[in-house]
Amino acid sequence: MEEIANLFQGFAVALQPFNIMVMILGIVLGVIIGVLPGLGGANGVAILLPLTFSMPPTSAIIMLSCIYWGALFGGAITSILFNIPGEPWSVATTFDGYPMAQQGKAGEALTAAFTSSFVGALFAVIMITLVAPLVASFALQFGPAEKFAVYFLAFCSFVGLSKEPPFKTIAAMMIGFALAAVGLDSITGQLRLTFGATELLNGFDFLIAVIGLFGIGEILLTMEEGLSFRGGNAKINLRVVLQTWKGLPAYWLTSLRSCVIGCWMGITPAGATPASFMSYGIAKRVSKNGNNFGKGEIEGVIAPETAAHAAGTAALLPMLSLGVPGSPTAAVLLGGLLIWGLQPGPMLFVEQKEFVWGLIASMYLGNLVGLIVVLTCVPIFAAILRVPFSIIAPLILVLCAIGAYSVHSSTFDVMLMLVFGVVGYLLKKCNYPLAPLVLAIVLGDKAEEAFRQSLLGSQGSLGVFFSNSLVSTIMILGLVALFWSAIQEGYTRLRMATA
Amino acid sequence: MTTNSSHTAGPTHKAVEAGMALLIALFGVIVIIGSVKAGINWGAEGPRAGFFPFYVGIFIVAASAINLWHGLRDPDDGLFAEWGQLRQVMSVVVPTSIYVGVMPFTGLYLASIVFIGWFMRWLGKYSWPTVVAVALGMPIVTYFIFERWFLVPLPKGPIEEWLGL
Repeated sequence: MEEIANLFQGFAVALQPFNIMVMILGIVLGVIIGVLPGLGGANGVAILLPLTFSMPPTSAIIMLSCIYWGALFGGAITSILFNIPGEPWSVATTFDGYPMAQQGKAGEALTAAFTSSFVGALFAVIMITLVAPLVASFALQFGPAEKFAVYFLAFCSFVGLSKEPPFKTIAAMMIGFALAAVGLDSITGQLRLTFGATELLNGFDFLIAVIGLFGIGEILLTMEEGLSFRGGNAKINLRVVLQTWKGLPAYWLTSLRSCVIGCWMGITPAGATPASFMSYGIAKRVSKNGNNFGKGEIEGVIAPETAAHAAGTAALLPMLSLGVPGSPTAAVLLGGLLIWGLQPGPMLFVEQKEFVWGLIASMYLGNLVGLIVVLTCVPIFAAILRVPFSIIAPLILVLCAIGAYSVHSSTFDVMLMLVFGVVGYLLKKCNYPLAPLVLAIVLGDKAEEAFRQSLLGSQGSLGVFFSNSLVSTIMILGLVALFWSAIQEGYTRLRMATA
Repeated sequence: MTTNSSHTAGPTHKAVEAGMALLIALFGVIVIIGSVKAGINWGAEGPRAGFFPFYVGIFIVAASAINLWHGLRDPDDGLFAEWGQLRQVMSVVVPTSIYVGVMPFTGLYLASIVFIGWFMRWLGKYSWPTVVAVALGMPIVTYFIFERWFLVPLPKGPIEEWLGL
């Protein structure tokens, strides 16, 4: 019951007036970020990260995580009203959300989406509250080999679970590791891969990469599509909200299933996007209204939204307890921890109780505030989308430049951001996933350190990664994840052969 | 790598895909060279600095080779994008490059005003009053939010110095 006491202390922290203020500010900014094309959770948080340099870490993380929640909520608005997914994880929401809006049921679809998001997040936060301290205390016993095994598992899950071709995932990931290696080697203090360029002494900062790859890259993609917004009006009032709420409990099973899928996919770093698709697919197969999916079935909005929000929230569990972020946005938050001088990982739960529990409490409050904000302000946020892209685009580009500059007060970083942007556009067009690239830049140094320390202990023998039952289990799980698609394929073939 | 330039012409997906795989492989080779320079074997302090990136580089080259092979075998011979679309993309990349390039000399504010103004006037065809309002408004709002309230310094040029900001 120590957790409950800690949680209440966390609430006391989160309920301080300043923290409530940054919470609301974060949510509003987050929804705007989620609504705007070219600004997503990850790069939105990255751009606004410098704003938090002068704040106490707890307020800073509350603001940034609330931006994340806001972005998760915001993605649904554009999907339902404009058939444009503001975020990749809301693609599945367009399938039934937009038809509903066309049938004049936009209010119901939005209410269902927001409420489901809230339910998904709440489920995931409760899970984090209960599970994170256990995982953290367990992880305290990890040595370098176990640490490396956890990184190995995280990266292997990317290869096995992402919908992109596995070798493209590996290529993208390894580019990230290579970029992380540039500059000062943290163990020997030797310079490497700089080829004499003084700008590269400190290596590549992943925040610059995030802003470029996701922000600039997204703008370029949008330009190419020549996007113009056409969409229905957002009419949402208390009567519609209450009426929709009355109907929602009937879908409790769908919600529960989506929550579980979301949490699972969020913890393994597959993330919110596959979670929403998987949840939608399963709901379609299982539901008795399955044939109606795609034509404006409310269940088709509930399933992906619940899962996406649960996954997005659950992605913070490994970030807090192991120091392994479950999504690009969680990676940016982890980068924030380092900048504020906190060491992510299990020791956080011991050394920074106020910070951890303040954050967890703020997740409960932030999502509640988010629900209220989006339900009451949908028309305002929808109006933002009617601002033409030729005004929005330069403003976002300038914001990206400001964000990139203020990380290290360096104009070289701004140029680097543009390079990352063009590369991101090309990679995305060629179907290379960007999330593993970013995560590899973030975790590269730590993974390498763990790898080299393990080898140092074993005098170079790779056997150290299978030296005890714990590390072997994690490594084998990693290998299973790595070959997951091959295993699945083999299994289907075997069944076909025997049938 | 390209075909004749009619309305629906453009580089094929296959060609860009192959080019991308080769570029990534080249990057991998550079990583390998850099790692070898840093030392990839064991030293007194254990694995040397180039040890880990060396294998990363090998993985990059190997994965790219497979991607190249897959890409060339892919029966899909659709377009990567039409020239018109790529022109749209370049109409953002080129001015943004100039914007980023002059920033060290002019500072962020002046560059942003010109950049936003140019973008809105040229691509958006807005009337001058709207252009001026947004192009001046955004940097001013930025100044107050970043420099005044959150104390984050942004790059300044001669004009800001002259204004004493």
